[in-house]
Amino acid sequence: MGIRFILMVNKQGQTRLAQYYEYLTLEERRALEGEIVRKCLARNEQQCSFVEHRNYKIVYRRYASLFFLVGVDNDENELAILEFIHLLVETMDCHFGNVCELDIMFHLEKAHFMLEEMVMNGCIVETSKTNILQPIQLMEKSS
Amino acid sequence: MEQLKTIGRELAMGSQGGFGQSKEFLELVKSIGEARSKAEEDRIVLHEIETLKRRISEPDIPKRKMKEFIIRLVYIEMLGHDASFGYIHAVKMTHDDTLLLKRTGYLAVTLFLNDDHDLIILIVNTIQKDLKSDNYLIVCAALNAVCRLINDETIPAVLPQVVDLLGHQKEAVRKKAIMALHRFYHKSPSSVSHLFPNFRKRLCDNDPGVMGATLCPLFDLITVDVNSYKDLVLSFVSILKQVAERRLPKGYDYHQMPAPFIQIRLLKILALLGSGDKLASEKMYTVVGDIFRKCDSTSNIGNAVLYECICCVSSIYPNPKLLEAAADVISRFLKSDSHNLKYMGIDALGRLIKISPEIAEQHQLAVIDCLEDPDDTLKRKTFELLYKMTKSSNVEVIVDRMIDYMISINDNHYKTYIASRCVELAEQFAPSNHWFIQTMNKVFEHAGDLVNIKVAHNLMRLIAEGFGEDDDAADSQLRSSAVESYLHIIGEPKLPSVFLQVICWVFGEYGTADGKYSASYITGKLCDVAEAYSNDETVKCQSLVEELSASHSTDLQQRAYELQAVVSLDAHAVESIMPLDASCEDIEIDKNLSFLNSYVQQSLENGARPYIPESQRSGVLDISNFRSQDQPEASMHGLRFEAYELPKAPVTSRIPPASVAPSTELVPVPEPSYSRETHQVASVPSISDAGSTELRLRLDGVQRKWGKPTYSSPTSSTSNASQSTSNGVTQVDSAANVNSKARHTHDSRKPQAEITPEKQKLAASLFGGPSKTEKRPTSASHKVAKASSHAAEKSQAPKAAVVSNQATLDKINHQPPPDLLDLGEPTVTNSAPSVDPFQQLEGLLDPTQVTSTVNHGAVATEAPDIMALYVGTPAGGQSSSAENSLPSNSYDVNLTSELSNLTSGTTNAGATLTQFTKGPNPKDALEKDALVRQMGVTPTSQNPNLFSDLLG
Repeated sequence: MGIRFILMVNKQGQTRLAQYYEYLTLEERRALEGEIVRKCLARNEQQCSFVEHRNYKIVYRRYASLFFLVGVDNDENELAILEFIHLLVETMDCHFGNVCELDIMFHLEKAHFMLEEMVMNGCIVETSKTNILQPIQLMEKSS
Repeated sequence: MEQLKTIGRELAMGSQGGFGQSKEFLELVKSIGEARSKAEEDRIVLHEIETLKRRISEPDIPKRKMKEFIIRLVYIEMLGHDASFGYIHAVKMTHDDTLLLKRTGYLAVTLFLNDDHDLIILIVNTIQKDLKSDNYLIVCAALNAVCRLINDETIPAVLPQVVDLLGHQKEAVRKKAIMALHRFYHKSPSSVSHLFPNFRKRLCDNDPGVMGATLCPLFDLITVDVNSYKDLVLSFVSILKQVAERRLPKGYDYHQMPAPFIQIRLLKILALLGSGDKLASEKMYTVVGDIFRKCDSTSNIGNAVLYECICCVSSIYPNPKLLEAAADVISRFLKSDSHNLKYMGIDALGRLIKISPEIAEQHQLAVIDCLEDPDDTLKRKTFELLYKMTKSSNVEVIVDRMIDYMISINDNHYKTYIASRCVELAEQFAPSNHWFIQTMNKVFEHAGDLVNIKVAHNLMRLIAEGFGEDDDAADSQLRSSAVESYLHIIGEPKLPSVFLQVICWVFGEYGTADGKYSASYITGKLCDVAEAYSNDETVKCQSLVEELSASHSTDLQQRAYELQAVVSLDAHAVESIMPLDASCEDIEIDKNLSFLNSYVQQSLENGARPYIPESQRSGVLDISNFRSQDQPEASMHGLRFEAYELPKAPVTSRIPPASVAPSTELVPVPEPSYSRETHQVASVPSISDAGSTELRLRLDGVQRKWGKPTYSSPTSSTSNASQSTSNGVTQVDSAANVNSKARHTHDSRKPQAEITPEKQKLAASLFGGPSKTEKRPTSASHKVAKASSHAAEKSQAPKAAVVSNQATLDKINHQPPPDLLDLGEPTVTNSAPSVDPFQQLEGLLDPTQVTSTVNHGAVATEAPDIMALYVGTPAGGQSSSAENSLPSNSYDVNLTSELSNLTSGTTNAGATLTQFTKGPNPKDALEKDALVRQMGVTPTSQNPNLFSDLLG
C-alpha cells in the first residue's frame, strides 16, 4: 500500500487537507488526526521527521505555518517520502506561485486534484510536475 | 462598495483568490481560517451545516453554486463533522457534463464514501459512461473514481472497459488504467489474474510515467510470487541503468537526481528478486554499484536512493564490494548531524549486520549516542537494532535497557511491543535462571496487563519443568529463587492479575517445597492476596478457597466445595489425582471409549437399539420427531406465567425412541439435523410462552433465520460426533457469534470421545486467547468421559466427585420446571455411551439412581429420589450437551475444565485453578444465580450434602 494518508495541518492543529487511501470512519479520522497532530507538532526542529505511530510511521515536514504529514507503512523509505512532500509543495508552488495556507483553503479541490495525479492506491505514480499540472490547467481553460 | 471590499479581500487572500468564488464561500473559509480554537471552529461548521442543509436542496441551484456547496461539504467532513445529508448531491454532480463539475463530484464522492456505500451503485453507471468518453480528461476522472469506489462486486462492470483503456493513445489514461487494475488486484486478486501479462507489457511502455506506475502492481505481484518474475530481472536492471544514466525526460528529475522515485521502486523490486538467488543477484551488482557511486550524497533525495541501495544490497546475495560501499554510506549516515540520517543509518545498520555482523562494532559509539538521544523515534529504532544484535553475551544489558525504557513510557501500543521483545530475548538468551525470573518479574510488574497470557504459562511451565537439564538441584534452586522473589514482590500494591496468578500458582506448588517457609506462612500470604484483590475473582479463587464457601458467586462456591471434597479424601486418593510435580505431564485419553464396550453389549442384550451413526440416520423420522418432543421442556428456562400445555408431550416422550411419536404433526421434520435446529431455537426462553402448537408455528419462521449458523456451530458439533469430526477446528471459531441461548442442543447421542484429541489441543491453545468460550462445551463432555476412564483405574472417590459436580451443574442449568420434573422418564434419546460415566457410579449411588441412569438406554422408570434427580437429568439430557445449555459460556468453561483437572492428575488444586485464565466474571455469576433461583434450587444448601453422600 505504501501511503495511507496525507494530511495538511496548520500549526494550531487545524486540518487544511486530508486524503486517506484506506477508508476510515469520521470518528476514526478525527481520533487519528488528533493523536498524530499532538505527537508531531510537539516535536522540535532537531528531532527526526519520522514518528512511529501504532503500526505505521508518520513522515512530516513543516513549511511556514503548515505541516504536511504523511502516514506510511513500515517498509516505506522515509527519506523518499520526506522528499515527496517537498515535491508536492514544489508542484503547488508551481501552480499557485508561492503557495500559502490560504491558497490551499481557497482551492481545496485543486490541491486534491494534484494529489490525485501524484498518488493512486497509496503509491506514488507521477513525479513530473508537467504531467501533474497539465490536466489541471486544461480543466481550468475549458471552464 | 461591498463588492470592492470583496475584490480587495480576494486579491489579498491568495494569488488567484476569488476565482469564481462567491462572497459567502470566501467568508466561510476566512472564518474557519481565523478560528482560534477547536470549539470556535466547531461552532462555525455546525452553523454551516445548518445553512447547507437548508440551501442545498433548494430547486434550481446554478451549477457553479452547487460545486461550491459540494466543496463546503468537503470542508465539513474534513473538519470532523458529518455531511452525509449532502452525499447525494455529490453523486448527482458526477452526472454533470462539464469536466470541472464532474471531477469535483467524483472527488467529493471519493472523499465521502467507502466502496461499500449504498450510493456507489448510482455512480457505477456514470463511471461506465465516462470511461467511454472522447475527452481523455473525463476518462481520467472516471479512472480516478474507479480506483477508489469499485469494490470486488462491481469489478466485472468496469473491467472490460478498463482493460481496453490500457491501449489508449493518451499516456495519462494508460497509467490510470494500470492503476485501476492494481486496485482490482488488491480488492480481488482472482478477478485480474488472467491480466497479469498486461502488467509486463506496460513495463515496456514508451512513456516513462506509465512504466513507473506499472512498477507498483509489479512490486505487489513479485512480493507474492517471486519465481514467476525472475525473467524480468534483466529488464528491471536495464531500466534502472537507463534511469541512472539520465535517459528519462528532464521532467522526472528531482533535485538533479534522475527519476529518484522510480529508482527507489526499482531497487525495491530488485531486492525482492535477488533475495537468496545468486544468479539473479549477480546481474544487479554492476548497476547497484554504479548508483552507489553516482548518487549525490549531499541531498536528501540522494541519500534516500543510497538507503534503498543498502536495503537492496542486504537483501540480495552478498557481494563484498557492495557491502563495503554500503558500510561506508552507513557510517556517513551515523556520523551526520541530521537526526533523519542517523535514523536511516541505524535502520540500515540493522539490515546489514545480518550479513556482516562485524560492522556494528565500529559504530558502537554512534549507536549508544542514538540510544541515549532524547528523541523517541531514534531511541526506538535503536532498540530495534539492539534486538537484532542480541546474543547471550549482551542480553542482560539490552534487556535491562529495554525494560528501563518500557517503564518510562506511557504508550501502551509500544509498551506491549517492547515487553514482548523483552520476553522473547529473555527466553532465548537468558544466561541464568535467576536472571530470567528477575527479568520476567520486572516485565510482569510493569506491563503485566499487556503481556500475552501465554508468557505467563510459559513461565509457569519453566518453573515446573526447569530448563530441561536433568539437574534437579538446579530446578529446585530455580523454584526457591522464584518463591523468594515472589514473596518479596507480593507486598507491592496493585500487581497485574496475570502476574498474581503466576505468583499464586508458584506459591501453591513450590511455596513450601524447600522447607524454608511453613505452609501457614504461605497460606497467610495468599490470604492477604485474596483480601487485597477481592474484586479479582480469578486470583481470589486461587488464593483461598475455604473462606469463599459462603460467597455469593455460585462459581466460587462450586470450586470451594470441590476443593473441600478433594481435600477431605484420604491421602492415597489425593496423591493419585494430584501427583506431585506432574503439572506438565500429559493425560492419556481413551479415544474409543473401549471401557464402555461391555456396557454397550449389556444394553444391547437387554433390548436397547444399536447406535446408528448420524450419517446413516436421515429419514429416521421417529427419532427426530421424538426429539422435537423435547421442546416444551427444554424451552422453559424462565418462569412460566401462563397455563401449561396439555400433557401430550410427556406422554409421547415416555415411548421408547423406536416408536413413532404422534405429536409432531406441525413440523414434519425430514431429517435429524433439521430437528436439531428447531430444537435450538425452541430452547430460547422467550419463545417458550406459547403452547406447543403455537410454539412450533412460530419457530417455523424463526428457524430459517437462525438455523444456518447454529447448524455449523461447534455447539451442534458437540451434540453429535459425526458432524463435529467432519467440521473440526473451524467450527470453534464460527461459533463465536452464535447466540449462547440458541445453543441448547439436546440430542447428543454419542461417542463424544471421538473428537477429544483435536478439541483438547484446541482448548489448550485457546486457553490463553480471548476467544476460548466456544471451546469448552465440547471439551467438557470429553473430559467427563475421560474422567471416568481414568477413575476406573484409580480410586472411586474422585470420580464420584466429578460426576456429582457434573450432576449439580446440570441440575442447576438444565432442570426443567417443577411440573415436568417427572425425571424418571425425561425425554431421552438413547445415549448409552454418554451415560456411562454415571453408570460407573454404581458403586457409590444407591440402586434407584443406578436404574434411572441405565434406563436411558431404552426403558423408562418411575421417579427416583432427589439424588437421582441430580444424576438423572444430565443422563437423560445427554451429558455432552448438558454443559451447553448453560447460558454463560465462561462459566461452564471453568467448571468443566475444573472437572478435568480434578480428575486427570494435574498437580494440585492451586495448579488446577491457575489454568482458568479467564475467571468467571461477575455477570456470569449473576446470571447463574438468577438461573438457579428460577429453578427453585438452592445448591448452597444441597451441595454439601451431595458431596457427603457421594463420598460417604
